[in-house]
Amino acid sequence: MRARPNVPAGIAGFVWLVIVLVPVYYIVVTSLRDQRGFYDANPLAIPANPTLSNYDLVLRNDFLRYFLNSAVVTLGTVAITVAVSLTAAYYVVRGRTRFSGVTYNAFLLGLAIPLQATIIPIYYLITRAHLYDTLLAVILPSVAFAIPLSVVILANFLRDVPNELFESMRVDGAGHWRMLVSLVLPLVKPAVVTVAVYDGLNVWNGFLFPLILTQSSDQRVLPMALWAFQGQFRVNIPAVLAAVLLSTLPVLALYILGRRQLVTGLTAGFGK
Amino acid sequence: MDAPTIASEPVELGSKAVGRPGAGHPRTGPSPLMAVPALVFFGVFALLPLGGVVVLSLMRWDGIGDPSWTGFGNWVTTLSDPATYHAIWLSLQVMVVSWLFQTPVSLLLGVLLAGRGRYRAVLGVLYFLPLLLSAAAIAIAFKALLDPNFGMSRAFGVAALSQDWLGDPTLALYVVIFVIGWQFIPFHTLLYQAGVRQIPRQLYEAAEIDGAGRVRQFLSITLPQLRYTIITSSTLMLVGSLTYFDLVFVLTGGGPGDATRFLPLDMYLNGFSNNDMGRASTLAVLLVVAGLALSLGLARLAGFQRGSQLEGA
Repeated sequence: MRARPNVPAGIAGFVWLVIVLVPVYYIVVTSLRDQRGFYDANPLAIPANPTLSNYDLVLRNDFLRYFLNSAVVTLGTVAITVAVSLTAAYYVVRGRTRFSGVTYNAFLLGLAIPLQATIIPIYYLITRAHLYDTLLAVILPSVAFAIPLSVVILANFLRDVPNELFESMRVDGAGHWRMLVSLVLPLVKPAVVTVAVYDGLNVWNGFLFPLILTQSSDQRVLPMALWAFQGQFRVNIPAVLAAVLLSTLPVLALYILGRRQLVTGLTAGFGK
Repeated sequence: MDAPTIASEPVELGSKAVGRPGAGHPRTGPSPLMAVPALVFFGVFALLPLGGVVVLSLMRWDGIGDPSWTGFGNWVTTLSDPATYHAIWLSLQVMVVSWLFQTPVSLLLGVLLAGRGRYRAVLGVLYFLPLLLSAAAIAIAFKALLDPNFGMSRAFGVAALSQDWLGDPTLALYVVIFVIGWQFIPFHTLLYQAGVRQIPRQLYEAAEIDGAGRVRQFLSITLPQLRYTIITSSTLMLVGSLTYFDLVFVLTGGGPGDATRFLPLDMYLNGFSNNDMGRASTLAVLLVVAGLALSLGLARLAGFQRGSQLEGA
């Protein structure tokens, strides 16, 4: 089976490759085109006079501020999520009471809550708490919706840590916090990376919470900025696509540096 | 916390306590306090809103002032408006057509990528690029690419490609489904790739000896072995299709007319554009009910199959 080439699969694979690459290629070449080239030239041709002026325009329009906002929201969400999910997962796995089982089931059920359906009460809560139009307003519900899957993944990973390791630390007189920090944390590091990547990417690219919970350009995150650029530059598509490309750079860098971890993180253990 | 511990594991406790009297540190499990921060976040910003949306569906609220009771008024409005059924019908179409489009493609690509070899690794790197882009970015890129005047219609000089892709109501629905597929197929390809790699190679070797061809092997080994992956992937696809929002919002905004105004978009526009949060909440409740019913139904289906398989073994 391995020896014969699979022709139909090969053809399908090639067709899909073209479908994937054309839009990506289009983003790159268009972002390097000047306005006149955009109107005149074949949209998929290599630009006759490649220019970086679109990038310059985007960077001069507060792009760095939006980038920073996105970084704050993403890092904040990931840090809080990992911290609270790890302790919760520890409790769920090592707990001996009925309540620890209930807790796990609550998170398991939480996986089925569609984020979209909760935006109106969340909007209500955030406005009443006077957090509307702050980055914290985006972070809080983002953490809440990242927690269930994070706890489930970390708990599944924690279950594989042999009980003997806990026992031997117990003999040494270690408490639960010390076990968590010096035993569990190093062992579950791959799972923590998976969770961090998955949650981080979701928040970096997240659109709905920023849309309903922020308003001013001071608190704008990248996906919202792209949307705003689209309105602001309207006809200047090359500039909008330059912004698209710039907003993807950190993720692309991650993809190049740690592809394996990123890909594992992307499926968040669903493929296990 | 001590009492239930002793009650649930008396034997273990007894033996260890005798064996190591000096071990000192609690035989008790960790304090529930460790789970409290996660539970508070989850409770306040996920569970509470889930209940809150039911309450708000019984209230009148413009999104600014204070909500006031209105009973089932919103429900009457929502359920008597043909726009609601239009949105539900669209969401159903998206669900079914997306599944029919994404499943075979992801399955085939997953099988293709599961083999080892350099060119497959390169293909993998390129296939997964869409996963890196935000829905807003994808929508913006496709909007430009599909523009009837400056988009790809001009690139190839093929008449069939120069359509008003997003301006024609029937076409727009399928274009949106295609773009959704473009965004999500890589994810499902990853699932299938991982699934195929877990199939024992011996099965194929045995089939080879029996003279089974490739198609036969695919139908009799690969597909049945992938049934849990198929269920996982399908659940995520079907439930997920109830929640497609950002991509459609940026790509078409629900248009042209209301041709792509799916249920979640209908909810958002009712709430945040028409300032009718009560009515939007009724639509949100419909979303929750449909999503829960779908995931529980599919989980049951999966659980049932798993159970019967265990009996067989």
